[in-house]
Amino acid sequence: MRRNKTPFATFILILVLIFLFLPLIVISVYSFNPGKTVFWTSGPSLTWYYKLFTDSGPLWRAFGNSLLIAITSSITATIIGTLASIGIKFFTFKGTKTISILSYLPMVLPDVVIGISMLVFFSAIKMKLGLGTIFLAHVTFNLPFVFILINASLEEFNYSIVEAARDLGASQRQTLLRVIIPAIMPAIFGSFFMALTMSLEDFLITFFVSGPGSTTLPLFVYSTIRYGISPVINALSFVIILGLLFIGWIARRHLKDIASGT
Amino acid sequence: MQTDNQKKGILYAGPMGLWFILFFALPMVIIILYSFLTRGMYGGVEWKFTLDAFRQVFNPNFVEILIRTFLITVGCTALCILLALPCAYAMARSRHQILFLLLIMIPFWTNSLIRIYAWINLLSADGIINQFLISLHIIKTPLKLIYNQNAVIVVLTYMFLPYSILPLFSTMDRFNFSLLEAARDLGATKLQSLTKIMLPSIRGGIVTSIIFTAIPVFGAYTVPLLIGGIDSYMVGNIIVDQVTKTRNWPLASAFSMLLTVPITIAIIIGLGGKKNEKK
Repeated sequence: MRRNKTPFATFILILVLIFLFLPLIVISVYSFNPGKTVFWTSGPSLTWYYKLFTDSGPLWRAFGNSLLIAITSSITATIIGTLASIGIKFFTFKGTKTISILSYLPMVLPDVVIGISMLVFFSAIKMKLGLGTIFLAHVTFNLPFVFILINASLEEFNYSIVEAARDLGASQRQTLLRVIIPAIMPAIFGSFFMALTMSLEDFLITFFVSGPGSTTLPLFVYSTIRYGISPVINALSFVIILGLLFIGWIARRHLKDIASGT
Repeated sequence: MQTDNQKKGILYAGPMGLWFILFFALPMVIIILYSFLTRGMYGGVEWKFTLDAFRQVFNPNFVEILIRTFLITVGCTALCILLALPCAYAMARSRHQILFLLLIMIPFWTNSLIRIYAWINLLSADGIINQFLISLHIIKTPLKLIYNQNAVIVVLTYMFLPYSILPLFSTMDRFNFSLLEAARDLGATKLQSLTKIMLPSIRGGIVTSIIFTAIPVFGAYTVPLLIGGIDSYMVGNIIVDQVTKTRNWPLASAFSMLLTVPITIAIIIGLGGKKNEKK
């Protein structure tokens, strides 16, 4: 028998996990309830799943928009952020500190401030609100996270392999592409994944900079909550939770890196 | 060599720098500018300098909301950190770290609006908790569990608990727990070993946790809107209302400045401090 060294802390942890999962469990269970209320008038059924997959056009359009924005903005943020991080780590130059401060701020300012400043900016330059503005906003709030995650991994990077590569005749370009980037690949994937989830999850900033016809999934959920709840959302949520469990399990080795990035 | 470095550095970091200048710094400058302008008739602004927006910010109604937002933030952050400390400790010492991390992150990754929707299902008058208590004959009429300030505090704590746990876990994970046993062997009580040995080395993690929890709580919008009642409006709600309903952009800008300025100063001091430590 292995004795638990931390009985009290483990007890609290389990209570917290129950607290964190309670709403998710409720949603999953009720996705099988054919009725619209909390009462179970009959046994479990797949009514809402049927509706989700056959009769939910606007929902899937919103989902498609979310996915499009998430993938494009995460790729952009990952490339720009990784390059910047490498630039700051390997070349000392004036303005490094300004860039650091500039890159911390969007991360720590409340979403409502970022959202409003972008809305004001886009309307000042008369840019039409839509998928384009959502993309620009998402890259902006994802960049700091990428930058900081890659910075952290370069911090632990063994600099002598760069010197070794140069001594062995590699050009600067070769060193970058063949030595540095492969070495920090896990962090690059980690930050891409982080950006992807943040983009899929964002409501408030998107709320400000979206226009007609550019509804994302969180905006769609918001409007269903405000104007008549539909249990289709329950079914969708359960599908998403299962998807997340699957992705999380695949990425389980990198979970720690992702956690330390937050 | 120095100029070569400078050139290459700018080549790599340039795109991000430019991006932030265009899409972050410039919008911020416009916000600062707008907060000193006169509101336009149909949204937007008129180019006349005034301090009206800042006068309006300190209208007693808004001051009340500011104070409330501050108190809710302090309460939620304290709750989050108090719960997160034992959680992170148990996780850091556990042999099932990955499993626990996954379990903490799954709710955190699930869309926040979906989770709010789940809480509405749980807490509403004909919601699950009330129905459950009524079916057990513990209560006869439904309890008022939602659309009040307590509900907002519970759900905000729920939302941002992972933000407190993850940074704490990262720092505790790096802590050498045998130091605690050494302290106990040398005669320290359990409490002493925790407060005198562990606390100093996880201080950075606690500060990060507080920052990552308090800031989003302070700027919360959806939770007070969908879970709260009239007594739980927060600053985020006023700002959004000024944009979407009353179309008073200067006032919204002034409120945004009120949130931005202290955070910016803290970051500049914080980053400056970090640099000095390294020297």
